Amino acid sequence: MSARRIFARPARFAAIAPYVWMVLFFLVPFAFVLKISLSQTAITQPPYTPVFDVTAGWAAIKQAFGALSIDNFRLLVSDDLYVLSYLRSLVVALVSTSILLLIGYPIAYGMARLPKRWQPIAMMLVIVPFWTSFLIRIYAWINILQHDGLLNQILLALHLVSQPVVWLSTDSAMYLGIVYSYLPFMILPLYATLVKMEPSLEEAAADLGASPLHVFWLVTFPLSLPGVGAGVLLCFIPIVGEFVIPDLLAGSNSLMIGQTLWLEFFTNKDWPVASATAIVLLVLLIAPLLLYDRLQRRQLEQR
Amino acid sequence: MAHAKVTRFNVASLALGFAFLYLPIVILVIYSFNASRLVTVWGGWSLVWYREFFNDSAMIEAAWMSLRVGAASATIATLLGTLAAVALSRGENFRGRTLFSGMLYAPLVMPEVITGLSLLLLFVATNAERGFWTVAIAHTTLTMCFVAVVVQSRLGSLDRSLEEAAMDLGCDPVRAFLMVTLPLIIPAIVAGWMLAFTLSLDDLVIASFTTGPGSATLPIRIYSEVRLGVKPEINAICTMVIGLIAVVIVVASLVSKLTSARGESAAPL
Repeated sequence: MSARRIFARPARFAAIAPYVWMVLFFLVPFAFVLKISLSQTAITQPPYTPVFDVTAGWAAIKQAFGALSIDNFRLLVSDDLYVLSYLRSLVVALVSTSILLLIGYPIAYGMARLPKRWQPIAMMLVIVPFWTSFLIRIYAWINILQHDGLLNQILLALHLVSQPVVWLSTDSAMYLGIVYSYLPFMILPLYATLVKMEPSLEEAAADLGASPLHVFWLVTFPLSLPGVGAGVLLCFIPIVGEFVIPDLLAGSNSLMIGQTLWLEFFTNKDWPVASATAIVLLVLLIAPLLLYDRLQRRQLEQR
Repeated sequence: MAHAKVTRFNVASLALGFAFLYLPIVILVIYSFNASRLVTVWGGWSLVWYREFFNDSAMIEAAWMSLRVGAASATIATLLGTLAAVALSRGENFRGRTLFSGMLYAPLVMPEVITGLSLLLLFVATNAERGFWTVAIAHTTLTMCFVAVVVQSRLGSLDRSLEEAAMDLGCDPVRAFLMVTLPLIIPAIVAGWMLAFTLSLDDLVIASFTTGPGSATLPIRIYSEVRLGVKPEINAICTMVIGLIAVVIVVASLVSKLTSARGESAAPL
């Protein structure tokens, strides 16, 4: 038996504790979300009618199944508020992921072109904001964008505008905040694939007469597709469910789905509808999540 | 891309990109030393808003809560995440492996509203008293996945012949792991702890769902203040959090630089 296989046996035992933890605190909770999404709203504490009390015997279980209702899901489909906020979330995520790719690509490309000894520093500079609090970085923008904030002061001083512009509570502020917050998530996977690319491939294409634009489209970009995929998914999936950024920077006339869920849960105390909202959001994200899982697996396990 | 030329376009995009990433933070830090009560009017340098924070007992309490939750959850997460990474990168194929790695990778991108809501419903159903431990458990669940990825990518880049040589020389697998593999992955484990700690310190959404009355974390307090508008005291608090995180990052990169034998990238991810 090879050393590798002997080593594998105790290594598998290491999986037990994290496995149990993730089943208990990641998988099992979804069962509760599903269960409560199928129960009725009630003005009690906690605010839903309990279903499934296994201790009460078979009759009670049968009755509980009878009490399950898909009313909450029917509400989600019939009420424009929910449909619109799902759509808005998808549109916002698509638009901001595209902007992120457009901005992140040149930065990642520039990093990969730097001399070897500067690259760790550049990478550090990208990682530091990623470690710094989301909330604080959004707050920093509120400082700048508010009515008498720095941006308006500069614009007024340069006589570019005659009176302060409303920046806060607009979609532009929200897009700015999202792009700012997620930029490191786009740059890092792009850089990781670009840095592994052989520069001789681009040189060869150029020597054979391809224009720089052709070199990029026919050589660089296709070879960087794994990084593009990882970066896009790493941004798109969480942005769809984003709450903090639209809540603090966007106006309140149209909500993203994360805000709707938050509102149902914390303000309306309607846990069943909040749960149903979460289930639908999860179903929408299943395909990108599976794709991301495959990419992540390939990246971490094929060496 | 070692020999490629650095073009003017490359330099420009890097300069603009880094300016975009750092200017808002720099402005926030500068304004935190502003003496004026009006955040945007410069009134000279002053530490008055830092004093304000240290007199704000609710804010101090929230900060203390966040630090404790961060330390507790990062420690458990580092332990579990490292175990998970070892199993995934050294366990070959075992039953339930696909589900295991799926459960570890999904929380990295899962919208926080979903994770937070589902954990809260679990805690309510099991009648757990909500407060310190429910938030710590929730943060552990999220951050152990980040630790697992950091440690797993380090394990993947290790030369496996080292531990195999130790076993050929008579070590049993556990001893080979403890004596050879573990010392080599310590930098990643330290970086993992620090990442888990800062992620916990940063989280608003999951903590809002899973905490109980009277035990707000720092982001929850900051959020409720920010919703009411910009206050100079918040600038000071944010600057201190940024300072703390900067220290954590410097320590993490120093540790990985000092201990990485081949002097590879010092970046903690």
